[in-house]
Amino acid sequence: MIEIRRHNAGFCHQCFVKHCRDQVARTVESNSMLTSQDRVLVAVSGGKDSLALWDILLSLGYRADGLYIGLGIGDYSSESAAYARRFAASRSARLVEVDLPGDFGFDIPTGSRAAKRAPCSACGLSKRHLFNSEALKGGYQVIATGHNLDDEAAVLFGNVLRWDLAYLGRQQPVLAEGAGFVKKVKPLVRLAERETAAYCVLEGIDYIVEECPMSAGNRHLGYKELLNRVEETSPGTKSAFLFGFFDKVAPLVGQVAAEERESLHACPSCANPTVSGICAFCKLVERASSNT
Amino acid sequence: MGHAAVKVLLRNPRRALEVPGPVTVASLLAHLDISREAVLVIVDGTLVTGDSVLDDSVSVEIRPVISGGSV
Ligand code: SF4
Ligand SMILES: [Zn+2]
Repeated sequence: MIEIRRHNAGFCHQCFVKHCRDQVARTVESNSMLTSQDRVLVAVSGGKDSLALWDILLSLGYRADGLYIGLGIGDYSSESAAYARRFAASRSARLVEVDLPGDFGFDIPTGSRAAKRAPCSACGLSKRHLFNSEALKGGYQVIATGHNLDDEAAVLFGNVLRWDLAYLGRQQPVLAEGAGFVKKVKPLVRLAERETAAYCVLEGIDYIVEECPMSAGNRHLGYKELLNRVEETSPGTKSAFLFGFFDKVAPLVGQVAAEERESLHACPSCANPTVSGICAFCKLVERASSNT
Repeated sequence: MGHAAVKVLLRNPRRALEVPGPVTVASLLAHLDISREAVLVIVDGTLVTGDSVLDDSVSVEIRPVISGGSV
């Protein structure tokens, strides 16, 4: 029996698994995220959300491969890679792997120090870059990431606190393809992280429970705790906050992001879209290698 | 007496402790000051609800579900 307070409901094992898959199917269909013909690349970290996402997309019959990026963060990276590989093998699914130290000569801890960036900032830009370039290289039509309801509500909360219009404009469950970008989708936005974790336990999916050591003090973690406190006294607040934004506000601010995209050009070094000159990822690679 | 106790495994960081049974999941979490919404409680690879009773010598894992990291 799994209790979901937001839905004011309890589910048995089978009904809960069906509930999760139905929520994802509904999100995918109502936002035109994927067609049955699309080849989709799932960004896989070895954690609960990305493995649940990959499992659900496969169970719904989509043509989903995984992409794992080795970040060179000590034991955390080697362990999370093992979970991703084990899952792929258990489903006979294809896992594409990129290794920052092996393929680009730097890891997140040293690369971020060399570039004077916060680790999560260097990591985030590297992942976004590699998702896009690997999808282009492999001929995938769509990239899917495991952002869940809690992640998106916390990010939205942060963007609203700063009224960051460019970020707000980009915070959508679907970002269309164009200007060198592969289409990006977030099929888990209707599932809370408690639900993706429960899905993994019930479906026997082993994932890395330990956190990335770089995540300590992360701002979004604080926002999540704040929102969870509100949710405890009034269940449903998080989802009303997020879906109210998607329905009412995102269409109004989407234009800002669209204009920003139009002003992009191809990075002279790697051809991925960027604002000016060489892109942030190529700069990071350059700084990290000149420092070693 | 020795091993007659509920064996509790906490994660992030990983640590183990023992509490005397029988105890319900809800009161175990209250005793440890852990919010039920923030964790899954797992016995024998499956989820248990707040009113489940944990007897001595049962092993139970309390696994947090909130993950951090940037996007
Ligand atoms: S916590 Fe930060 S450094 Fe660690 S994987 Fe997430 S974004 Fe990367
Ligand atoms: Zn570049």
